[in-house]
Amino acid sequence: MKYLTEYRDAEKVAVLLEEIRSTVTRPWVIMEICGGQTHSIIRHGFDRLLPPELELVHGPGCPVCVTPLELIDRALAIAAQPNVIFTSFGDMLRVPGSEKDLFQVKSEGGDVRVVYSPLDCLKLARENPDKEVVFFAVGFETTAPANAMAVQQARRQGIQNFSMLVSHVRVPPAIDALLSSPDNRIQAFLAAGHVCTVMGTWEYQPLVEKFHVPIVVTGFEPVDLARGILRTVRQLEAGRAEIENAYERLVIPTGNVAAQAVINEVFEPCDRQWRGVGFIPQSGWRLRPEYAEFDAEVRFAVGDIEVEESPLCQAGLVLQGRLKPNQCPAFGKQCTPRTPLGAPMVSSEGACAAYYQFGRLEAEAIEA
Amino acid sequence: MCLGVPGKIIEIFERDGLQMGVVDFGGVTKEACLAYVPQAKVGDYTLIHVGFALNIIDEQEALETLSLLREIDVLGEELGVELPGEE
Repeated sequence: MKYLTEYRDAEKVAVLLEEIRSTVTRPWVIMEICGGQTHSIIRHGFDRLLPPELELVHGPGCPVCVTPLELIDRALAIAAQPNVIFTSFGDMLRVPGSEKDLFQVKSEGGDVRVVYSPLDCLKLARENPDKEVVFFAVGFETTAPANAMAVQQARRQGIQNFSMLVSHVRVPPAIDALLSSPDNRIQAFLAAGHVCTVMGTWEYQPLVEKFHVPIVVTGFEPVDLARGILRTVRQLEAGRAEIENAYERLVIPTGNVAAQAVINEVFEPCDRQWRGVGFIPQSGWRLRPEYAEFDAEVRFAVGDIEVEESPLCQAGLVLQGRLKPNQCPAFGKQCTPRTPLGAPMVSSEGACAAYYQFGRLEAEAIEA
Repeated sequence: MCLGVPGKIIEIFERDGLQMGVVDFGGVTKEACLAYVPQAKVGDYTLIHVGFALNIIDEQEALETLSLLREIDVLGEELGVELPGEE
């Protein structure tokens, strides 16, 4: 059944696009942070409907794409151990490590399972008291409330055979790093709607002031995207730089305070390496020392791991918005969703997968 | 991971001290944790991320988003299930 929707109404999108066209007077570069937005933009051909002055560049908001290779290799080493049930969200299974992926570990006899919610791991741990259940906790601020609650519950329920390999990342420090880069071209950001559902908008105020860039909280559907882009362009043209909420029906400035409280009880900010992007200070969350007993990196000493990226993969440039996926020489040739060289070709939030899936196989003059 | 799936709360119960619910995602029902939406009532629509409700949304919004997720073939993936009849 189809619901004719206010938020996807073609007529509304057309009106908003016309308004965008009549507002734009000169070139602007806008980054959408979130990989879900990238998929929506490419799927609907939204970038092709915008006036030529506007360039949308795709951001690093793909959790499995930025999970550092070292941690993936650690996950592979833990998952291969005989007494371990290794659990993860489905997206993570095909992300290439230095030599293999979790699917391969599974085919070699490792007990690797996909879970829907991290709370499922606690049930698994209770049902398998002679096994160690390890959860690969990846994601941005949207999965952190769930993962933090799983740790809190493990403690409350006295579950000792559960631990987490934590690779959480946060959006605001990534925006800071992108804008601080000497060759930055980004002049405004569409902030990720559901990240702000959790965290609100207050975290972005210091960035707006420090870099004088508009940041507009934006949703995923065509009308949401058009609304977010219009409000961004209005700010740019007027020389304003404000945090603005174009996704009011789902985001309030304070965010979900209960969720933030549990995140802060269980996790603390830490420096984090982003795959392909590099080191970003204070851009991650790790378990607080009070919860160290649930840290899989402490529980499983897998030693030093030498990592090796594919020399052909340009994922780092793609994740920083400096290369469109179809400008990569390996795109669609050595690298496809069946034979991915890098994580952005695997994930349902990866920019390379979006370009491949929706037939953007050749680099376009319009994007040059 | 970040898209979230909207669904209707059809039952609320407590387990291990946590407020939980049964949520209907257009025919597929799953449990979800409601601890972060203490105001939730049976009949409310909510947006679920990896098994956790993060906010209450209106019905029209929920139905539209569900239909979009089905259309772009990510509903099964987001819910971690195979959907019968999904093309």
